Amino acid sequence: MNRHRAHFLLFIFSLIVACLLQLMPLPDLMLPFRPYWLGLILIYWALEEPDRVGLGRAFMLGLVGDVLQGDLLGDQALRLAALAFIVLRFRSRLRFFPMWQQSLAVFALLLNDRVLSLMERAFTGAPMPPASFWYAPVAGMLAWPWVFLLFDDLRSRLRVHEA
Amino acid sequence: MPLARTDTSPLFGAGASSTLRLVVYLAAGVALMVADYRGHYLARVRQYAAVAVEPVYRVAAMPADAARTVRLAIADRQALTQENQRLREALLLTQARLNRLGAVAEQNTRLKELLDVQHSLGLGVQLAKLIDIVLDPYRQRITLDAGARQGVVVGQAVLDAYGVMGQISEVLPTTSTAVLITDTSHALPVVIERTGLRTIAYGSGSSDRLDVPNIPVSADVKAGDKLLTSGLGGSFPAGFPVGEIVSVAAEPSGMFAVAVARPAAALERSGDVLLLRPLADPVGPPALKPDSGPPAPPPEALTPAATAAAKPAAAAPAASPATTPPAANTGNVSPPRTSAPAATTPSPAARRPVTAPPVTTPPPATPPVDVPPGTRP
Repeated sequence: MNRHRAHFLLFIFSLIVACLLQLMPLPDLMLPFRPYWLGLILIYWALEEPDRVGLGRAFMLGLVGDVLQGDLLGDQALRLAALAFIVLRFRSRLRFFPMWQQSLAVFALLLNDRVLSLMERAFTGAPMPPASFWYAPVAGMLAWPWVFLLFDDLRSRLRVHEA
Repeated sequence: MPLARTDTSPLFGAGASSTLRLVVYLAAGVALMVADYRGHYLARVRQYAAVAVEPVYRVAAMPADAARTVRLAIADRQALTQENQRLREALLLTQARLNRLGAVAEQNTRLKELLDVQHSLGLGVQLAKLIDIVLDPYRQRITLDAGARQGVVVGQAVLDAYGVMGQISEVLPTTSTAVLITDTSHALPVVIERTGLRTIAYGSGSSDRLDVPNIPVSADVKAGDKLLTSGLGGSFPAGFPVGEIVSVAAEPSGMFAVAVARPAAALERSGDVLLLRPLADPVGPPALKPDSGPPAPPPEALTPAATAAAKPAAAAPAASPATTPPAANTGNVSPPRTSAPAATTPSPAARRPVTAPPVTTPPPATPPVDVPPGTRP
């Protein structure tokens, strides 16, 4: 199998899984703790294979997320584009952080994402969200190492398979 | 520094993430949001995309569904037992409520029937509830929850939806007692609907039987004939159903026929009854007014006069049965007993002569004149 092709399939597969996780119904209690899966996946690919993730793709992914989740169209697109931009800009540093620092960085990124979302809400006149609005970045930070390790493992396996 | 520059150069050299592009994308995002916020395009997009997107939701919901299925499958026995128990209790409670609802619906029907009677009568009536009932061979009384304060007076007729039940015999401030038509001391002037024959129905002491003795042998009476109140005696207005003849037999002496009738009113079942407002005196002299005498005589002084005035007008023999309990034999003293919607309940009338006049006065005029001859053509 072509290496690029395999990696591309993994990329697509990860995006689909992220979309499904984002949509998966959860008990009400756990709902605020759902990590922003789309954001996490995007951060991962932007760190590891920046040539796959440009601002345009991030934007498109955001549009897909908007359509699936029924938010305001363009909401996630804008946020993911901003996210991708920041990650690409600081990619060289983020890549070589130890895992805990990387996690903190992801937390900061997701928090920034939340702030952007809050700004959009403010512009549309929505009321202030409850405190549980801020739980998701923490959950994302905790989920990050596992996402990172899992996909690193998958990619290295692909590479070994190749070799 | 140089290291950093070499690191960034392949990235930004292509302009993949130049600030300009970011600004363009941000602007595009904002434009999209504004457009969607104004025009709600997303709803339309989702409508078109529903076919494609719906399976995605299905797939996304699969883990949750699976989790629910698993939880259901391994829900332990105790929880199920408890739930079963709880549901059983709920079912019982609901059943009880339902039954009560049935009872209420039934009551509603009965009240409606009563209401219909009230409308069809065109008479002043008053609704009362049964609060006690005495049905033994010697006393057939019911107690109602309306009394003097509600305007009840002795002698008022008591009806239910199907016929005459009895009349008020005693009035207390908030309750009153009525004698049923089946009380052995009660007699009711009736007329047979089919033939117009006037006669008298006596209480038998059993709540499903009225005795109609003293029917001439030649009279046309047969089972199935309906009895109505004749209006004689003044206590009951004419034309109310009283009962239906069940059987006719000859008296042992052979001189009269004796009929047995079944009361039309549901004497043992009615829970709500109608009290007929006292009728205007059909005939006879106007009632004596207690205050018509000399200025402020003590009521006790007036009562002998009042009763004396009333009694002579009544049949002479009536005076003695009115003070003693009416005899159980039905043959010889029928005139006083027919006159007696008031006299059948002698105790209250005798005890309170001053309040009694409206009740005691109607009987005098009719019975001696009318009833006994009427029964013997």
